[in-house]
Amino acid sequence: MNSELIVFLVLSLVAIATALGMLFSKNAVYSALFLVLNFVTVAVFYLLLGAPFLAMSQITVYAGAIMVLFLFVIMLLGAENLKPSNALPWQKPLAILLSVILGVEATYLLLARARSSLSVTSPDAALNTMDSLRNMAETLFSQFLLPFEITSILLLVAMVGAVVLTRAEKGAAK
Amino acid sequence: MTTPTYTDFYTLLPYLILTVWACVLLLVDLFIPVGRKGITAFLAALGIAVTLGFSITQIGAESVGFSSMVALDGFSTFANILLLSSGLFGIALAYGYTQRFNMVRGEYYILLLFSVSGMMLMAQANDLIIVFLALELLSIPLYVLSAISRKLTSEESGVKYFLLGAFASGFVVYGTALIFGATGSTNLAAIFAQAAAGVTSGLLLTIGAALLLVGFGFKVAAAPFHMWTPDVYQGAPTSVTAFMAAGAKIAGFVALFRVFATAFPSLAPELTTILWALSAVTMILGNLTAISQTNIKRMLAYSAIAHAGYILMAFVPYGNAKVAPTAIAAGLFYLVAYAVSNFGSWGVVIALEKAEGKGLEIEDYAGLAKKYPALAAAMTVFMLSLIGFPPTLGMVGKFYLFRSALAGGFPGLALIGLVTSLLSAYYYLRVVVNMYMKEGDPEIEREPWLALTTGFTAIATVVVSFVPQFLFMLAYTAVMR
Amino acid sequence: MLLEYIAIGVMILVATLIAFIAIGLGGLFGPKKPSAEKDTPYESGMNPYGEGTRRMPVRFYLVAVLFILFDIEVVFFLPWAIAFRQLGLFGLLEMVIFIVILLIGYVYAWKKGALEWE
Repeated sequence: MNSELIVFLVLSLVAIATALGMLFSKNAVYSALFLVLNFVTVAVFYLLLGAPFLAMSQITVYAGAIMVLFLFVIMLLGAENLKPSNALPWQKPLAILLSVILGVEATYLLLARARSSLSVTSPDAALNTMDSLRNMAETLFSQFLLPFEITSILLLVAMVGAVVLTRAEKGAAK
Repeated sequence: MTTPTYTDFYTLLPYLILTVWACVLLLVDLFIPVGRKGITAFLAALGIAVTLGFSITQIGAESVGFSSMVALDGFSTFANILLLSSGLFGIALAYGYTQRFNMVRGEYYILLLFSVSGMMLMAQANDLIIVFLALELLSIPLYVLSAISRKLTSEESGVKYFLLGAFASGFVVYGTALIFGATGSTNLAAIFAQAAAGVTSGLLLTIGAALLLVGFGFKVAAAPFHMWTPDVYQGAPTSVTAFMAAGAKIAGFVALFRVFATAFPSLAPELTTILWALSAVTMILGNLTAISQTNIKRMLAYSAIAHAGYILMAFVPYGNAKVAPTAIAAGLFYLVAYAVSNFGSWGVVIALEKAEGKGLEIEDYAGLAKKYPALAAAMTVFMLSLIGFPPTLGMVGKFYLFRSALAGGFPGLALIGLVTSLLSAYYYLRVVVNMYMKEGDPEIEREPWLALTTGFTAIATVVVSFVPQFLFMLAYTAVMR
Repeated sequence: MLLEYIAIGVMILVATLIAFIAIGLGGLFGPKKPSAEKDTPYESGMNPYGEGTRRMPVRFYLVAVLFILFDIEVVFFLPWAIAFRQLGLFGLLEMVIFIVILLIGYVYAWKKGALEWE
């Protein structure tokens, strides 16, 4: 047993525990906080897989910004303590059905993988260095230069949209 | 490190001009007092006009730029010119409307500029990543514009459009991911090369292409992905509806054509059947549901759905190299015809609309002919054009569409198109009957830009229908590159 | 390979420890004379009523959205900073354009009063 496997197993337990905690919390704010923990755990998984950039975005964007938005929405709507009766009646059976399908699919893939000669190899150690990040950056800023700049326009438009929808024109007749 | 060259910039010049203009206008607008937002409207229109001028000089030019992420060719230039013109009409219709309904905001025009720029990017996209970014760039301003009047119906429309649009974007992203998984590339030409070389997983590629089709189906309001259309079109401010009915549809179809014709010709056997079914279902559903509508905005929304079906007809034979250019050219021609009649008819709707959503029932058109004969005549022209009745652009467009469907070996589809067109006469003519044969006392708003738009589109609808060959040849050369 | 990130792990550990130590020390050395009066949320104010949590005004939402947008901007900075030398002057120019575009949004939001609380 190498150290990575130990880290993986421990983190898996944490990830599953936080996911369950999120599902079964009665208070939506607790659910959201469990989700933050879950996101952070997943970010470490990304590090294990040799994807430091993904790990970093996972923490800044998901665990940071998106979760802040989640919390705001929960508090905005006063939805911390929704009664269970507010759930859609078909939601639970459907969710169970879908997760069973997903579980069967994952198990099948796992077994198929085990039977085949392909074995799961841990990613190259060299991958998980700053070099991989640097390579990604060089591709992003040369080949994908245009999408990168368009993203900034997209963010600008989103910003304008957010301001337009929440702020009335100053001095305009309402 | 490769730095962009002149060719890169030239390829994307129309988009770049419009984007820079919009960004600068956003800052300039901050210093324009609330009472004088007409200046913003004028500057926005000027920006579009300048870009339009550049686009026209690019007719016949061909290049790719930014690591083949964007392409400039006859097709994209044709689409750019059409989209920019739609933007101009959109501003003309909005100018008076926003003042009358007390929703004047400089951002209206700026968001419209950004939306047009996204549509143009869509027309030039040569890579699925750009397709996705363009889709978002054209959609986000439309979501905001739908909700801009801050009335309950408008906000409902914005939220609905946003949720379903985000859902559709999800399909596009997922499809892109599967296609990337199958071929290892997001570049349209590279996807085709991989598929032709047979090194891909065919199933994965087909599923990916189908998911893209679903995403675009949402955008162009094709059945069964059309459910949002009536509510959004009805709730949004009418000037926004007019713009998005034309612009989003053009952009969606243009992207659909480029992606499918460039990247997936090898999937034609599977996809043709799907496209056939989509087209048929959309025509039937749109027209049948439109019959029972009493609200003109809802009726025109269902009419927009039905027309998505007609335009889809042009895509059905896309894998057949012999027929495809003519069919696609017919599709482009019909997009022009639809855009013109669309702006005209929504212009008339705007002229009759009153505060609190009054003046939007078809009964409110009773007696229009006696009091305002010119406006009633214009509306008649648009209704005839939407039916496909001579002498209008719509009739010529449908003729080309049905002809290409027949040439592609789909007589059944042409027949469905013909029957549904006859069916559609019932609800379009009801408006005409109301205007000419019923008694009533409608009031209209007289706004110079509105009058100019409806007048211009009405005349164009009739006049161009007498010399359609030249427009069709333009579309045809655009497709042939 | 995770060893590369050991420094981050140590930092998290130390940060957590400091928090615990700060709270623990206070509990250890501080004088404790609890009474019912002292434990009320507002010791000398009026009695609290209603829920402890209440609905937040929509204004927070705008702040959150603006935060997300600038956060995503930051995500692009990391790879850019790491490859800064390789990217050279052109890379700098790219980032400047990116920042200028977002700066326009910032100026816009500022002028429109989106950052004011009124």
